[in-house]
Amino acid sequence: MRRMEMRAKHPLAIRWCHWVNFPLLALMIWSGILIYWANDVYRVGLGSFTVFSFFPEGFYHTFGVSHRLAQGMAWHFFFMWFFVINGIVYVTYTVLSGEWRCLVPTRESFREAVLVALHDLRLWKGTLPERKFNGAQQIAYSGVILMGFGSMVTGLAIYKPTQLYWLTSLLGGYQAARFEHFLLALGYVTFFCVHIAQVVRAGWNNFRAMVCGYELVSKEESANE
Amino acid sequence: MSEAKKQAAAADEAATGMREGEETPRTAAAENNATAATPANPEGNGRKAPDPITEPDLGASAARNEQVRRQMRRQSRRGFLGLAAGALAGFGAWEWLNSRREINGTPWPFRETLEVNEQLARDFFSARRLSPVFPARRISADRLNGDLGLDENVDLATWKLQVHGLASQDGSLALTLDAIKKLPRTEMTTELKCIEGWSAVVEWAGARFTDFMKAYPPETVSGGPFSLHHREDLPTYVSMETPDGGYYVGLDMESMLHPQTLLCYERNGQALTQEHGAPRK
Repeated sequence: MRRMEMRAKHPLAIRWCHWVNFPLLALMIWSGILIYWANDVYRVGLGSFTVFSFFPEGFYHTFGVSHRLAQGMAWHFFFMWFFVINGIVYVTYTVLSGEWRCLVPTRESFREAVLVALHDLRLWKGTLPERKFNGAQQIAYSGVILMGFGSMVTGLAIYKPTQLYWLTSLLGGYQAARFEHFLLALGYVTFFCVHIAQVVRAGWNNFRAMVCGYELVSKEESANE
Repeated sequence: MSEAKKQAAAADEAATGMREGEETPRTAAAENNATAATPANPEGNGRKAPDPITEPDLGASAARNEQVRRQMRRQSRRGFLGLAAGALAGFGAWEWLNSRREINGTPWPFRETLEVNEQLARDFFSARRLSPVFPARRISADRLNGDLGLDENVDLATWKLQVHGLASQDGSLALTLDAIKKLPRTEMTTELKCIEGWSAVVEWAGARFTDFMKAYPPETVSGGPFSLHHREDLPTYVSMETPDGGYYVGLDMESMLHPQTLLCYERNGQALTQEHGAPRK
C-alpha cells in the first residue's frame, strides 16, 4: 500500500509574489501597448515585405488601444513601482531563505533542460530528475527574473534618456533601448504561453501547490522504514 | 483483500496519478521533508514499524491516507479562498483607482504618482549630464510629425514672442526674432526623443534658455534679484504656447536651465519652416 503525504512545496512569500506579479505584469504590458501605439513601427519582415506587424489594425480596434498614450503612461508609471517592489521582495526572499538554491541553474541544468524539452515533445522517453524545479524550470524561472531586471533597466533608459545618457548609450541608444524593452515584453508573453501549457500538463497537484503551498505525494511503504 | 480495501488502494493509485511531470514521490528529499502527515512511531523507541502488508495495518494505512487527504483538502480550501480574496481585493483596488476624482483628466492616485515621479526626477536632475552629440553624418532624414498648433500661417515679418512673468515693469514683453538672435548663438547636434517613441538626430541652432533668462530675468519667488544659482527662488515651470494656442507645453525649471535647452530658430542649417514650428521652437 502507498502512503500519502502532504509535502510543503512553495513558501507563502513566493506564492504571494507570484500571484501579485501576475496582474501587475499584465497591466504593465497592457499600458505598454497603449504607449507603443503612438509609434508602432516594429514588424517581422524583410525589406518591404512584412510577415507580421505590431500591431495589426484589427488588434487596435478590438482592444480599443488607439489614442490612449497619456493614459498608458499614467498607468505604466504608476504600476512600475509595484512591479519593481514586488520583484525586489521576491529576489530578497529567495536569497535570504535559501530558496535560490532550487531556482538558480547549475552547470547540469542546461543539459537537463534539453532532456526536458525532448521529453515534453515526446522525443525522449527517459525519466526526468526528481527535484522541485528541473533544469528547464530553473533556467526559465531565473531567466524571467533577469528579464524583469532588463525591463527595469531598458525602461529607465527610455524614461530619462538624457539624465541617464550613459545607460541609454550602453544599451545602444534610445531606439535600441526601446526595442529591447519591447522584445522583453514579447518575451513575457512567450513565457506566459509556455508556462500555462506546462502547468496544464503538470496537472492539478502541481497547480494547487502554487495556491496552497502543499503537494500531495505518495510513497511506497517499506518494511525497513 | 476486501472490496473496501481494494477501493482504498485504487484511490491511492488515482491520487498518485494526479501528480505528474517533475514530481516523483520516492526521493530522498521527500523522505527528509515528509513530516506534515507522517504519524510518529507511537513507541518512539526506534523499533521497526509493524509490517504494512498485514491486514489490520493495511486498514490503518488507508485510514491514515484518508486523513492526509482531508488535511490536504482543508489546506487547499484555505489556499483557494485566500487567492479568491486576493483577486477580489485586486479587482476592487483597480475599480477604486479608476473611479477617483480626476485631476486634469487623470484619477488622482495616478496624478499624485506622476507628481512624485516628477519630484524624484527633479531631485536627481543634474544639468551636467548631457544628451550625447552626434556627427553631422548621423543627422536623420526629415520627419514631419503632425500639424498640431501650426494651423495658422505665421507672418514672420510681424511675429513676436510674447513673454510673461518677467521681473521688469509690468512683467510682459514682446520680442522680435532678431532680439532672440542677438543672444549668444548655440549650436548642437543632438537626438530629439519624442514622448511618442520616435527620435531624430537634428542639428539645432538657437539661444540657450539660460542666456535668454540672463537677458530677460523672470520674476523671482521672493521678489528679490534674479540668480540662476538660486533655483528655489525661480519659477517652478516655464510654459510655452504656439501662436494659434493649439499646442501648449509646461516644462520644469530644472530642464529649462539645462545647457542643451535652446530657444531654437534653425534646424539642420536652415531657418525653421512653417511645418517645423517657424519661426522659433
